Amino acid sequence: MTKDGTEGEPKVPDQTLLSVNGLTKAYPGVVANNNVSFSIKPGEVHALLGENGAGKSTLVKMIYGLVRPDSGDMALNGAPYTPSEPRAARASGVAMVFQHFSLFDALSVAENIALGMENPPKQNVLSAQIREVSETYGLPLDPERLVGELSAGERQRVEIIRCLLQNPKILIMDEPTSVLTPQEVEILFETLRKLSAEGTAILYISHKLDEIRALCDSATILRLGEVVDICNPHEKTARELAEMMVGQTLHTPSRKPHKQEGVVLQVSDLSMRSATAFGTSLKDISFSVHAGEVLGIGGVAGNGQDELLAAISGETSPDAGTVTVHGTPVQHLGPNQRRKLAILTAPEERLGHAAAPDMSLIENALMTGAIRENLTNRGFLKWGAAKTFAEKIIANFDVRTPSPNNAARALSGGNLQKFVVGREILQRPDVLVVNQPTWGVDAAAAADIRQALLDLAAQGSAVIAISQDLDELMEISDNFSALNEGRLTAPRSVQGLTVDEIGLMMGGAHGMEAAHV
Amino acid sequence: MIRLEKRPVPSKLWTYLTPIAAVVATMVAGGILFAFLGKDPVEVIRIIFWDPLFHPDFSAYSRPQLLVKAGPLILIAIGLSLGFRAGIWNIGAEGQYIIGAICGAAVGLAFYPMDAWFIFPLMIIAGAIGGLLWAMIPALLKTRFGTNEILVSLMLVYVASNQLASVSQGLLRNPDGMGFPGSRNFQQYPAAYNAELIAGTGMHWGVLTAFLAVIAAYILLNRHILGFQIRLTGESPRAARFSGVRPKLLILFCMGVSGAAAGLAGIFEVSGPSGQINISFNAGYGFTAIIVAFLGRLHPVGILLAGLLLALTYIGGELAQLMLGLPAAAIQVFQGMLLFFLLAMDVFTNYRIRIGSPEAA
Amino acid sequence: MDLSAINPAALLASLMVAATPILLAAIGEMVVEKSGVLNLGVEGMMITGAVTGFAVAVETQSPFFGFVAAAAASAVLSLVFGFLTLKLLSNQVATGLALTLFGLGLSALIGQAYAEQRPPSTARLDLGFLSDLPFFGRVLFSHDPIVYLSLALLVAVWAFLKFARLGLVLRAVGENHDAAHALGYKVVRIRMIAIAFGGACAGLGGAHLSLVRVAQWTDGMTAGAGWIALAIVVFASWKAQRVLLGAYLFGGISVLQLNLQVAGIPVPVEYLSMSPYIITILVLVLISRSSTAAPASLGKPFFATS
Repeated sequence: MTKDGTEGEPKVPDQTLLSVNGLTKAYPGVVANNNVSFSIKPGEVHALLGENGAGKSTLVKMIYGLVRPDSGDMALNGAPYTPSEPRAARASGVAMVFQHFSLFDALSVAENIALGMENPPKQNVLSAQIREVSETYGLPLDPERLVGELSAGERQRVEIIRCLLQNPKILIMDEPTSVLTPQEVEILFETLRKLSAEGTAILYISHKLDEIRALCDSATILRLGEVVDICNPHEKTARELAEMMVGQTLHTPSRKPHKQEGVVLQVSDLSMRSATAFGTSLKDISFSVHAGEVLGIGGVAGNGQDELLAAISGETSPDAGTVTVHGTPVQHLGPNQRRKLAILTAPEERLGHAAAPDMSLIENALMTGAIRENLTNRGFLKWGAAKTFAEKIIANFDVRTPSPNNAARALSGGNLQKFVVGREILQRPDVLVVNQPTWGVDAAAAADIRQALLDLAAQGSAVIAISQDLDELMEISDNFSALNEGRLTAPRSVQGLTVDEIGLMMGGAHGMEAAHV
Repeated sequence: MIRLEKRPVPSKLWTYLTPIAAVVATMVAGGILFAFLGKDPVEVIRIIFWDPLFHPDFSAYSRPQLLVKAGPLILIAIGLSLGFRAGIWNIGAEGQYIIGAICGAAVGLAFYPMDAWFIFPLMIIAGAIGGLLWAMIPALLKTRFGTNEILVSLMLVYVASNQLASVSQGLLRNPDGMGFPGSRNFQQYPAAYNAELIAGTGMHWGVLTAFLAVIAAYILLNRHILGFQIRLTGESPRAARFSGVRPKLLILFCMGVSGAAAGLAGIFEVSGPSGQINISFNAGYGFTAIIVAFLGRLHPVGILLAGLLLALTYIGGELAQLMLGLPAAAIQVFQGMLLFFLLAMDVFTNYRIRIGSPEAA
Repeated sequence: MDLSAINPAALLASLMVAATPILLAAIGEMVVEKSGVLNLGVEGMMITGAVTGFAVAVETQSPFFGFVAAAAASAVLSLVFGFLTLKLLSNQVATGLALTLFGLGLSALIGQAYAEQRPPSTARLDLGFLSDLPFFGRVLFSHDPIVYLSLALLVAVWAFLKFARLGLVLRAVGENHDAAHALGYKVVRIRMIAIAFGGACAGLGGAHLSLVRVAQWTDGMTAGAGWIALAIVVFASWKAQRVLLGAYLFGGISVLQLNLQVAGIPVPVEYLSMSPYIITILVLVLISRSSTAAPASLGKPFFATS
């Protein structure tokens, strides 16, 4: 089940494993891929580099048989390759590790893996194979555990092992490091290098330049659905790669010098049991944020980010501990009472949490603005005022939409995020918590949002940015802290903080070290 | 290959068109059904939809019946629509209707034969409270224990109909009724009788209440923060919570309003057109109102129109039964079909139908 | 009041018969819900099965054809639900209710010609000496084939969900349809088959009611049995063993209350008749704390975007 079978065969370096020729795929209103071509050799680690919306996902979905191209063709080992469905792709030796949506929480690790295989052996045989492969590649995993109980990094291991058991010729990895700590990233890279040495080609999708320069032999850069360049990433600087990817000179947020004054938000010994089966409980969380400060909270997804935001927004009330704003305890108050006290939040999930997908932008402005913007009169709605407020958000934050009457889900991710963050900033928060401020947002919009957060802090608000993007946090934060399994480390100044230290704050390599609690 | 493509915004045009298209499709499918039953489909459709309103011999009787039947349907459906919008499924309106009728009637009968102005209003209040309390059972069990309100409210319909059977033979039985089941008839007790407000129109207090409910629901949903919260909860419960909605209070409110509305419909019916509590005074309005609510797109004005239409099918159905021997159940099938067609046509509101190259997988 | 008139063996035997329609419907609905679909039309499918089974059995004088026709008719009706919810993406709750309302009307329409008729009797399965055993022969081994079929089906469904590859796929689809789709499984097809199976089971259950348990046709004769089957699936936390427990518990209650009515205990008949519904509510409340085992995609619409 490991890669033993390939050992006897000589590795032919010049042979092309997969070639993609002129793939085009259009969706209504957008050409996701336009005449995309590249090729990959056995054992090559090939990067697909591009911004959100550059067409990386559509491209790999075509290679994996989830989407059929409008035109163009592919060849695998010289023979035409037209996968009609993922099953056919897997049968041809193409395997994929997804970023989202491919595990079943209520099923065991072994069951999850069996679902990704064509002819799985009996469960006990499969469990033995899982143990064997997981040890060979340094990815410890218990086949009997429920996937819902695993950490994000462990869940990714399930997916990788699921692929490895199929002896893939090509392994597609979609943004694999977004759920890992720096230490876990190192372990993953070792696994990938080992696979590559055994002749498995790896198609590595990312927008993180340092990773690509560290890992990949070649890179195809996509912008707006087209190939901009195919290059050797070792020969380019990160800045060159970034500019090819974005197509413009990047604007780095600027910080005005400002000083931090008194404590605005104080959280002490906050504990909260998770309401759902596979959620995270918060444990003894304490921190404070000063006026003018940006506190960056890092951590791997699923370590309590949503729960922490909910505890501050007032959506849930804690089992123990206090939350005070300017010395006033608020932990027992609901969201609207906290809004009155100028505590505002922007949750991660844009559609369905921060905004109602099928409602208009006016209604979405009303959703959180009713209190502070005075959009009701004895409970009766002031639609005119709500419309004015929505238009103000759209104008001030450069939200691209034909009209405030458009539904939220009709907006692109970046535009909706600008709307959501703008909606809160315009309500003059004393405390603003934003979870994943730029997740899935294009680079230009991301820069705008970061700048807006810095400006808000400069005006004296306390800002908390929860993010998985460490580069982002280093760029905008004064202090850094990390969530790990529902616990928050003591905040430290970002000045002089090393990647290793950050990684340890995030929990190091989950489940891989003896000292791990 | 036909495939669906989600519209960026639900189609306004189709929102209005689907109920009409569903009615037309039901007429066609219903016509085929009637033909199978050996009736002339065109004649049956005419008798159901035209004759009750315009036939020279029957319309004098049928026209007032339109309001009599539409009143409770609209009143119940308006109540249900609030919950349905928020994803709170009270499908036990039939039970709340029965309990409202029993409570209201019990108050009226307790005063018999006293004559005072306050008896009728007291009955109405008791009816509303009865329906409200009956709806509070599934509501409180849901907020307290997380039980499924669909199942509990439905189970309570059977409990209520057994209760009805019990009181009509026991507690509320007419002492002068020579042992027959059924209460005193309110038509013979003026202080408690829900008489026609304008003779010959079918307009009674219940119909008036139904119309007021339509207006109140319209204002609530479009102009008030509570209505906004109801819609928001239906769209996205998590966003609603974030915006400050308290889900449990909303469940209690929606269930309470729908229960009270059903209870009101019950007491207006039993103190008026039906006249007395007996085992079969409830004609299934609580279930038909579900069809009315959906056919009216959960919109107050839509429900008003849908209630009138469904009332017409009841009256027309009776007429067809009388004139052609069309089985009573055929109308029930007809109403069921209507809901099916409506739900099927809804696809046009939210999706575009594309004919062309299919997606893989 | 004469409680001694209640014969324990007869009581237990009729418990098995009384539980069978609900057991069948609940098995079917459990499979449907395991695939992530909530079909609230069980009541409508059951009563359609009841009337179809009755009509066909009367016309052909064969209970066997009656049961086959009942299963087929309800499966077809359930596919209407499947088409609406899976292909046209209609709301599952509303469509399920529509199915129930439609089924009740349709059955009343078909059934009016059969109101006064008697169905051909369904023969007991001859189990030789087993049926002659004292007590157990009467309780366990003197029933019609459908009682045993329902038990066999329960075991088969349990084994299918636990051991079969397709059972795993079905559970996966119910847990996370997007993930199952991404792995290349046919979400809609699998759900459609589950829905048809659920329909067939509900139809069989309905026919057992009209052909064996009551042995006549009356309007609305299922009297909430379909809804109780839905409640039993919740009570059972989507586990086959507990479906059996729930169905037999409910069968026991309904038989007991009938026996108490006959024995003439001093409680009004109406209160005894409503007891099964009240107990169903109580059970729902009691298990509410522990019931987090619902399939994660239950009732959510599935729309493949790519």
